[in-house]
Amino acid sequence: MTSAAFGQALDLITRVRGVRGAMVVAQDDGLVVAEQLMEGIRGTALAALAASLATRLRKAMEAAGVGVSVFWHLQCEQGALLVVPAPSGVLLVAVAAADVNIGLVRLELLRAAEAVG
Amino acid sequence: MADDIKALSAQLAQEPQSLVFLRLGELLRQKRQFDAARRVALLGLERHPHLADAHDLLARILADLHDYEHAFDEWDMTLRIAPEHTGALKGLAFLYFKVGDLAQAEAHLHLAKRIAPEDASIDQAIAMARGGLEPAPAAERRSDASAAAATPATQAATAPLEESRVFAGLEGAQEGLLLVDTAGLVLGGALRSPAGEDVTDAVAAYLAGVSQEAARTAKLLGLGSWRGLSAEGRHGHVHLAPPTAESLLLVVRDRGVPLGRLAILAQRAVQAARRWLERQA
Repeated sequence: MTSAAFGQALDLITRVRGVRGAMVVAQDDGLVVAEQLMEGIRGTALAALAASLATRLRKAMEAAGVGVSVFWHLQCEQGALLVVPAPSGVLLVAVAAADVNIGLVRLELLRAAEAVG
Repeated sequence: MADDIKALSAQLAQEPQSLVFLRLGELLRQKRQFDAARRVALLGLERHPHLADAHDLLARILADLHDYEHAFDEWDMTLRIAPEHTGALKGLAFLYFKVGDLAQAEAHLHLAKRIAPEDASIDQAIAMARGGLEPAPAAERRSDASAAAATPATQAATAPLEESRVFAGLEGAQEGLLLVDTAGLVLGGALRSPAGEDVTDAVAAYLAGVSQEAARTAKLLGLGSWRGLSAEGRHGHVHLAPPTAESLLLVVRDRGVPLGRLAILAQRAVQAARRWLERQA
């Protein structure tokens, strides 16, 4: 997949009001594949933590019998981290403000995940 | 009693707008015909959605069915409509007792006592909630709906303290709620897979460190502290929340339970977990 294609996928996410940035992260090693982040967000550290959380969550969910994760959402006092794993093994990640429309970001993340395969 | 049920059913069929459903629903509940009782109560609520006694009736039926979460909602609604409804106060006291919150149980019973000082069953329930007296005989089950509301409170007082486990009284306490420490050791609750297999320890082990990583991620992003993590799986939904910095709560439900509702369930479980952890300290 070209970087332009990743860019288009990230555009789907970052155009949602309240989204402060989006990334494509390799789930296996936590490295950044592509990013569109607002200034001040440390992409490499975020990618590593998101991938690590995703891995732990995937294992816990599989052990619980609820299957692989389709979407997850870390809720914080002043914002949120939203993640959709794509079939190819990458994570679509969005950082959002507290008042963002979570449902809308979820939809765009799922569309982006479909686009990157 | 069977004749009464027949007669009341006939009366309700003739006068569907009447309040006879309250007596019929209560009779069915006493006969432990809970499905029929619930149908009668729900039909009554469709016609009288702002009738406190109707919500109270449904709550008692749900409590008998051990659906404590929805019983709580119905008694809560009863009190919103009629703040001095002693049946609802006693019912909520029962539910608080079930989750081990004896202080709240007693507070609700004291409030009920102020409203109905002549009701001796409340004194018995207060004494038993304190755990200092022998259990009183079971409340006489009378046929009128408001009097029968005494039953849950009395049941509360006679319920074994074993029910004071961390999630006792909450829906899914033994198959869909889990409290672990930061090392992934189980503090309370249990999990079963959709196939019925006990997966408590396996899931707990994978949850070790999740709380710290969630906190680190929130800090890195400058988003304050983390409040919860909702996840949608192919066959079910999960919600994680930190009752304290040293513990992590997991709620698991099938996909029929929306993520937003799961977060509400989790908040109730977090409150129960905090109270339980405080008592353990």
